[in-house]
Amino acid sequence: MRRNASSPPLFLVAIAVIVAIAITLPLTYLVIRTAGVGTEKLINLVSRPRTLTVLFNSAGMAAFVTLFSALIAVPLAFLTLQTDLPGRKFWLIATTLPLAVPSYVGSFALIAAFGPKGSLLQLWLEPLGVTELPEIYGWFGTILALTLFTYPYLLLSVRAGLMLIDPATVEAGRSLGLNQLSTFFRVLLPQLRPSIIAGGLLVALYALRDFGTPSLMRFDAFTRVIFLQYKSSFNRNQAAALALLLVALVLGILWLEYKVRSRAAYYGRNLSIVQSPVIVKLGASKIVALLFCAIVVSLSLFLPVGVTVFWLWRSLASSNTAYGTVSWSAIAQPALNSVAAAGFTAVIATICAIPVAILAVRFPSRVTTAIERCSYIGFGLPGIVVAISLVFLGSQYLPWLYQTLPMLVFAYLVLFLPQSVGTIRSSLLQLHPQLEESARLLGRTPWQTLKEITFPLVRPGVLNGAVLVFLTAIKELPATLLLAPIGFDTLATEIWKATENVSFSDAAVGSLAMLVVSMGSTLPVLLHEQKTSKR
Amino acid sequence: MEKILQLDGVSKWFGESQAVADVSLNLPQGILALLGSSGCGKTTLLRLIAGFEQPQTGSIEIAGREVTSNNCWIPPEQRRLGMVFQDYALFPHLTVAENVAFGLKRQEKDAAKRLIELVGLTGLEKRYPYQLSGGQQQRVALARALAPQPPLVLLDEPLSNLDVQVRLRLREEIRDILKATGTSAVFVTHDQEEALAIADLVAVMSKGKLEQIGTPQEVYTQPASRFVAEFVTGGNFISAERQGQLWATEVGCFAASDGGEKKADLMIREEDLLIEPTESEGAVIIHNRRFLGREYRYCLLTPSGKELHARTAISQVFPVGAKVKLNVASTIKIFPA
Repeated sequence: MRRNASSPPLFLVAIAVIVAIAITLPLTYLVIRTAGVGTEKLINLVSRPRTLTVLFNSAGMAAFVTLFSALIAVPLAFLTLQTDLPGRKFWLIATTLPLAVPSYVGSFALIAAFGPKGSLLQLWLEPLGVTELPEIYGWFGTILALTLFTYPYLLLSVRAGLMLIDPATVEAGRSLGLNQLSTFFRVLLPQLRPSIIAGGLLVALYALRDFGTPSLMRFDAFTRVIFLQYKSSFNRNQAAALALLLVALVLGILWLEYKVRSRAAYYGRNLSIVQSPVIVKLGASKIVALLFCAIVVSLSLFLPVGVTVFWLWRSLASSNTAYGTVSWSAIAQPALNSVAAAGFTAVIATICAIPVAILAVRFPSRVTTAIERCSYIGFGLPGIVVAISLVFLGSQYLPWLYQTLPMLVFAYLVLFLPQSVGTIRSSLLQLHPQLEESARLLGRTPWQTLKEITFPLVRPGVLNGAVLVFLTAIKELPATLLLAPIGFDTLATEIWKATENVSFSDAAVGSLAMLVVSMGSTLPVLLHEQKTSKR
Repeated sequence: MEKILQLDGVSKWFGESQAVADVSLNLPQGILALLGSSGCGKTTLLRLIAGFEQPQTGSIEIAGREVTSNNCWIPPEQRRLGMVFQDYALFPHLTVAENVAFGLKRQEKDAAKRLIELVGLTGLEKRYPYQLSGGQQQRVALARALAPQPPLVLLDEPLSNLDVQVRLRLREEIRDILKATGTSAVFVTHDQEEALAIADLVAVMSKGKLEQIGTPQEVYTQPASRFVAEFVTGGNFISAERQGQLWATEVGCFAASDGGEKKADLMIREEDLLIEPTESEGAVIIHNRRFLGREYRYCLLTPSGKELHARTAISQVFPVGAKVKLNVASTIKIFPA
């Protein structure tokens, strides 16, 4: 049989097809299940006042979080890139680092600091006769927490946009009679609009998908309500319909984001002359700028770390008091479980991602593109949606898999495969195909070429992808809550339970471990990027 | 009548290096070209005039108003200057019409329409910068700078990103438009031909210093320094020794104005070098010949192996390898060796 020289090795296609089908399973099942309910009943479900309230809550929350993120991120981007702000390089990193605070850890910190009863602030004010603080739960707490821990996505987008703007347009504005302030509003801000919108949509996306914050802040957003439905009434149809509604909302935002990004390309220009940006001298407003940066960083970075350390210290200092005790052995098992589950996921995601990425990059065709698209499906699926779908699927058809470790790892795989495929894909793109072609001409089979040439050269990218998946999976909350085997506690579920029960000391060790892992892995990346962006 | 631009002892250091060294110059009216190779400080000088940089010493007056001195600093937006940037710096989010009208007050918006017409862009008002060619973008930049009717416009290598044909046409147009609107201009360029063609006054800069300022004819025919002679005129230099009234060189003896020195370099412009056939030994040899359309450009080899260049009318053809002797058509300028 003659085979086309450019057709891909069959074993790669086989693995990739299986991966693609498996990845689409949760969403497919959700659609089938919802369709099975019947149109009339479905309309009934969706138009219930409860559903509309949830929709209103989620949309309103996402809108406010986006708005406040923009109000924080746009000035921060400008201050940290184009002014003589004292300690500019420190602020550049410190304002980005809240990215590494998992939202439920951040929410735990806010509740443990400002919660109505038994929080840090209330304990301090107790001698003054304050026994209860105003509620932090609900709209206020949710919007506050999500804004503080998702604004960095917008910040990164605006910074990238700011660096693309031709500095000469700022000078052109000045030469046409604008002062520094009106130059900012009439020249810089309009050029930044695409980056602000794209970054804002990303923030809205994260806000909608987030499970930890609405749950801990007792705010009826989609994610929390789906979880409650599952837990209390076990009303599957209602939960499935809500989940599908959420997916539709998320996909809509992803589509908008894609549109804005492709339109933004018009504004990108090839600068023939790379000029360093015009540094604005802040003068007397330096103090205001510093205060602004300090407040944002204090709340979004120092507070989570500080509060966690405080509760840890407190429980160590007063063991066996009403505030609970720290038992290191109690945290050791969940930590081990977290590492095991995330580690398995990293390995399996990498094995699944390699064939998909190779096919997409080296053998582009309609089929391989479709396979690659399928692998990205997880990006549009909130964790709670994947979890709920797998719960239904597992409990009904696969009882022997339901609430086992493989099921949990599969949920992680659906959610985090995009990251793995993405990193492997970009390192493959940098590898010139002629290297592989030379190996073939020198007598190697496709499999040998893969083993001797391709894999050794993309290994750094593959490892990066695995580490990235590990670090994201270890933070995952909703899928873990719903799908972990009984008695299989992880750091994430421990923190969640302890915060729900207002036993802050119990959450402290886990939170600290999570913050150390997360920030320890993000900081080197940020420092490296800062170094390379200067050149 | 007051001067449109006056610089007095302007110096600018960036750290240790001096970008502009004690520059003083006057522009009564018209177009001034700042000419020099890259890194000579001409763009820095322009940015000092615009107010994007602040000099360490010296003062600058625009249209009789002091804008920079020891005790005075006017920010760029209050200097009433127009500026055209090297890569245009058009606002990418605004249309052509909006770009041109950017510096205008609301009641003056009619001026934008007039200028778009003047630079020949009528019909393109609704386009965005990325939809325009390089030459069209350049016209928008010029119209935008001229719209608020500034007495002085600064142009920073405005033609360097365009291809040759557009560049030649546009430099004529820019000159015509500036003259039509009665606007004075400072025009930065590294192209001596461009400077000579467009300017009323040419200022030649080297290593931050002002080497010479004068009309294009003066700078070309009477270069004040060897640098100006080499950079602007591009002439031949031949080392010579004094012999009575004449200067003796390896290619013959020539008459030149008296400098009083014993040794000197003679500068002979390419078009002043006349070629005649000869049979004598030790003559100059035609090394190669290039046909440039209107003329031939010969590369000549002296007995010592030095290259000289000459341009002749196409009626006069010499084969490569021919022996020739040289004469000079006009007065020779001498520079100390």
